[in-house]
Amino acid sequence: MYDFLYHKPSTVSEAVALLADPEVRPISGGQTLLPALKHRLDRPSALVDLSGIAELRGIRRQGDRIVIGAMTRHAEIQRDPSLNAAIPALARMAGLLGDPQVRNRGTMGGSLANNDPAADYPSAALALGATLVTDRRRIEADDYFLGMFTTALEPGELLTAIEFPVPEKAGYAKMRNPASRYVMTGVFVARGPMGVRVVVNGAGPGVFRQAEMEAALSANWSPEAVASIRQSSDGLNGDIHGSAEYRAHLVTVMAKRAVLDAG
Amino acid sequence: MPSVSLTVNGQPHSVEVEGRTLLVELLREKLRLTGTHVGCDTSQCGACVVHIDGESVKACTILAVQADGGSVTTIEGLASPDGGLHPMQEAFREYHALQCGFCTPGMVMSAIDLVEKHPQGMSEHEIREGLEGNLCRCTGYHNIVKAIAAAQEVMHGRRDTLAPAEA
Ligand SMILES: Cc1cc2nc3c(=O)[nH]c(=O)nc-3n(C[C@H](O)[C@H](O)[C@H](O)COP(=O)(O)OP(=O)(O)OC[C@H]3O[C@@H](n4cnc5c(N)ncnc54)[C@H](O)[C@@H]3O)c2cc1C
Ligand code: FES
Ligand code: FES
Repeated sequence: MYDFLYHKPSTVSEAVALLADPEVRPISGGQTLLPALKHRLDRPSALVDLSGIAELRGIRRQGDRIVIGAMTRHAEIQRDPSLNAAIPALARMAGLLGDPQVRNRGTMGGSLANNDPAADYPSAALALGATLVTDRRRIEADDYFLGMFTTALEPGELLTAIEFPVPEKAGYAKMRNPASRYVMTGVFVARGPMGVRVVVNGAGPGVFRQAEMEAALSANWSPEAVASIRQSSDGLNGDIHGSAEYRAHLVTVMAKRAVLDAG
Repeated sequence: MPSVSLTVNGQPHSVEVEGRTLLVELLREKLRLTGTHVGCDTSQCGACVVHIDGESVKACTILAVQADGGSVTTIEGLASPDGGLHPMQEAFREYHALQCGFCTPGMVMSAIDLVEKHPQGMSEHEIREGLEGNLCRCTGYHNIVKAIAAAQEVMHGRRDTLAPAEA
C-alpha cells in the first residue's frame, strides 16, 4: 500500500471540502477500499474517514420510509428493530453479507458507492425504489446505478443517507460463491408503492430489472408465476465461478426463492 | 507522522505510525504482540481477528489510525494475569480444536464475540455460520465447533466448569 494522509472530520461539510481534491478518497468501513489499496489499484494522496460524522450514522423511520445513514454498518442494519419490523428482507440481506467481521466494519454507503456487480444492496435499493441522498442532491435508484462499479455520483460527491419506501412485501434469495461469499446471482422482489419489481444482481455487469417476471408477479404473486420464465444469457457475466448460461438459469431459481422468502 | 493512542489488553499506548500502517502491523511489529496472525492478503481468512471495543474485526483490514481512541483486545489479553485461561481457550485445549494452530488466535477471538452476541445459545449450525470469516486448513472445523458449543455453556453461566471431551 502506498502511504497517504489521514483526516477524520466531524461534519459533512468538512468532509466535502477535503474531497474537492480529486486525489482524496472517502473511507467508510474500508472493507473494499483497503483490500484495493493493498493491491495498489489506486493511489490516493489522502483518506477522509467518515466514521467521526455522527449525522451519517443510524436508522430511523420517517413516515412511510426508512432512512439509513450512509455510515451505518451492516451489523447494525442486520439487528435494527425498526428495520426488522418494516423491511425484514433488507435486514436479512445485511445478515447474509460477507461474514461477521466484515459486517462489523462495512457500511451500506460504502457498498452502494462502490456498486460491485457482486454486491447485495444494489438489488434492494433498485427493487424498493430507494432514494440515494448526497451532500448536494437526491438521486432516484432508477438513475443511480450505471453499470459495473459505476454510479451517478460525481467526483467528490458524498453519499449521506439512503431512503427506502416501506413495501407491502419484499424478499431476497442469492446463490453465493462458496469461497468469496460474494453474490453469484441474486434476485430481490418487492411489491409496494412503486408496483412490483424484480431486480437481478450478481449475474450481469450491474443490477437490472426483469420485466417479464415483474409482469407475471403483478398478475399472480406466487413462485409458480416465475417458474417457467427463462432469462436470456446475453450480456451476463461468465467467469471461472460460473458461465453466463448458469447464471441465467439461476435467475429463475432465485426469483422463485425470493417470492417464497417474501411470503 | 500520525500518532495513535489506544488501549491494548488494558495497557495504554501512544505510537507513531504511517497513515497506511494496518492495525495488525501496529500490534505485531510495534507492540510485538505476535499472537495475532496474518494468513492472507485478501481479508478472507480471519487469522488476524481482534476485538475493538468488544467487536471482532479483521486487524489486516483496518488502519491503525482508525483504531485511535479504541480499546483493543488480542489473544494475549484473554488469560488472567495468573495464567488462568479464558473458557474459550480452555475449551479449544480440552476439545483438541487445533492442529497447526495458525488459525487459532483468530478463531478464538471470533468465537468469543459470537458467543457474546448469542446469549440464548447457538446450535451447531449457527456456530458454523458464525465462523464464516475464519478459515482453517487443518481441522475440518469439527472440533472447533464442539469447543465453542462447550465454551458457551460456561460463558453464559449455565455450567461452572467445562464439560469434558469424550475420550
Ligand atoms: C471477505 C469479504 C466478503 C464480502 N462479502 C460481501 C458480500 O457477500 N456482499 C456484499 O455486498 N459485499 C461484500 N463485501 C464487501 C463489503 O460489503 C464492503 O463493506 C462494502 O462493499 C464496502 O463498504 P465499506 O463501508 O467497507 O466501504 P469502503 O471500503 O470504505 O469504501 C468503498 C468505496 O466507496 C467509497 N465510499 C465509501 N463511503 C462513501 C460515501 N459515503 N460516499 C461516497 N463514496 C464512498 C470509497 O472511497 C471507496 O471507493 C465483502 C468484503 C469482504 C472483505
Ligand atoms: S490476515 Fe486478515 S483476513 Fe486474512
Ligand atoms: S489448525 Fe491449522 S489452520 Fe486451523
